[in-house]
Amino acid sequence: MDGDLTTARGFEDAATGEQKIRNFNINFGPQHPAAHGVLRLVLELDGEIVERCDPHIGLLHRGTEKLMESRTYLQNLPYFDRLDYVAPMNQEHAWCLAIERLTGTEIPRRASLIRVLYCEIGRILSHLLNVTTQALDIGALTPPLWGFEEREKLMIFYERASGGRLHAAFFRPGGVHQDLPPELLEDIDAWCDAFPKVLDDIDGLLTENRIFKQRNADIGIVSEQEALDWGFSGVMVRGSGMAWDLRRAQPYELYDEFEFDIPVGRNGDCYDRYLVRMEEMRQSARIMKQAVAKLRAPEGQGDVLARGKITPPKRGDMKTSMESLIHHFKLYTEGFHVPAGEVYAAVEAPKGEFGVYLVADGTNKPYRAKLRAPGYLHLQAMDHICRGHQLADVAAIIGTLDVVFGEIDR
Amino acid sequence: MSMVVTARGGDEAALAELGEYVEARRPDCVLGRDVRLGELTIEATLSSLPGFVDFLKRDDQTRFSTLVDITAVDHPGREKRFDVVYHFLSMYLNHRIRVRIQAREDDLVPSLTDVFPSADWFEREVFDLFGLMFSGHPDLRRILTDYGFRGHPLRKDFPTTGYTEVRYDETLKRVVYEPVNLVQEYRQFDFMSPWEGADYVLPGDDKAEEEKA
Repeated sequence: MDGDLTTARGFEDAATGEQKIRNFNINFGPQHPAAHGVLRLVLELDGEIVERCDPHIGLLHRGTEKLMESRTYLQNLPYFDRLDYVAPMNQEHAWCLAIERLTGTEIPRRASLIRVLYCEIGRILSHLLNVTTQALDIGALTPPLWGFEEREKLMIFYERASGGRLHAAFFRPGGVHQDLPPELLEDIDAWCDAFPKVLDDIDGLLTENRIFKQRNADIGIVSEQEALDWGFSGVMVRGSGMAWDLRRAQPYELYDEFEFDIPVGRNGDCYDRYLVRMEEMRQSARIMKQAVAKLRAPEGQGDVLARGKITPPKRGDMKTSMESLIHHFKLYTEGFHVPAGEVYAAVEAPKGEFGVYLVADGTNKPYRAKLRAPGYLHLQAMDHICRGHQLADVAAIIGTLDVVFGEIDR
Repeated sequence: MSMVVTARGGDEAALAELGEYVEARRPDCVLGRDVRLGELTIEATLSSLPGFVDFLKRDDQTRFSTLVDITAVDHPGREKRFDVVYHFLSMYLNHRIRVRIQAREDDLVPSLTDVFPSADWFEREVFDLFGLMFSGHPDLRRILTDYGFRGHPLRKDFPTTGYTEVRYDETLKRVVYEPVNLVQEYRQFDFMSPWEGADYVLPGDDKAEEEKA
């Protein structure tokens, strides 16, 4: 513009009214690599400054909640892998917790420990993806290459436990599907020892990197009040200085037995959230070490499913007992019935509070299941956070919000 | 083998106390309350909702600082067809609450966007999927479904298959919308035993009715 700072929207010729500069509208996505999937942003720009940002979501909407109403509780479980597909087991967990609370099921200690172990693997999977691809969005190519090598190893742990690298369907109501072999525990233990070194390497690439700092520090600042108003959870509140973590505040599973620290940011900007994620990965590795040790201890031995109505009988029993065979058949066709009631079960997923609001009517299918995805609220605040930032910062902010469209669009 | 309770709700005694407190302070807004499975549910009135939620947000004893979720549940048989369900969380006092209101299909539900900005997309979603209107919402557009979509998919009378399907047409060189054409019948199994789930009269049962009459 030509020096007129009073009208933000540009220059207007007083005499003729001819020269008008309109704000520039651009479409960011849905095919932009920095849009992290199928996000379409309609941006209104004044020069390079973002004046308004309207996210259009729903391009990956698959109607999960509708589909769930016509499937049994067990058939619904794999849908959760397809929500936040970078940390599948964390979402399955919320579904299992909702069912277990409604049915009053207790699960064996070993199963609970395995859940903790794999939830933390999921957290590292998600944070590794987020931290490194956010760096990629703002111009660093090497971190994803290093980070994805570790993700590959973790997905092999997923595969060795469940048979699937991504869509695991491993957590089941009443426990976990299969026990872990001792060799797998050894390998996970060894990985936990080696992983901090890799984190140090990524740390060395990014943390004091001048460009990375310039692109992240003081960008996308979220104050404590804003975090509350916009319903943030997970790293988005911890980055703003609140030590809120469901694993500590409202412990589920055996998290109250584990020692871990909750990193908290100070400024609430993208850089602090990056630091929080890095530290959370270290803490997760620490929890995994403890989980492996507890799994090896004598108290950690035993079955991995609470044998009962909602879990299948043992393979061996089915060969000899007619009742077990019938039970198995009925479980996988009709499914189990959940007593009527409603429950909201939440877990601290890598991205924040992932919750399931389940309304059961006493049949074998949920009457209504609402999936509460943390990314939905984070993305909602895009307009609020982006206003007044440069266009280039939009990519950094989408990265730091940690959006995955599987869970936002459902 | 030791067993573990995986998910604990809140402390039921404390929640009951909280429910009593809320009812005592706002008797005109509260229609009923219930503590079950470690969760406190308050039945509230539709018209006084924003004021009630504002009270929950600001009162020192409640301090529900975060709106966790807004959703609806469809009960087609009821006169007030929809339950609109709000979940709140207090990060300061570490407790949760569920507020439920009932709404008719043509009721205008007061929007919470003035109290919690985060209600915006949740209300758009409820509007999109259930067709409930919110009064005072700044921008009530569809959010999750396709541009130009018709109907409200999460209503119980909306078929899971939907009404239209899309495909890319090679000759027209564009995406075309067509009525749903299923090659195979949609598989919907009825697992309920006839003694508990059948909505038809079992053969023979009619005779018992006749004898009575």
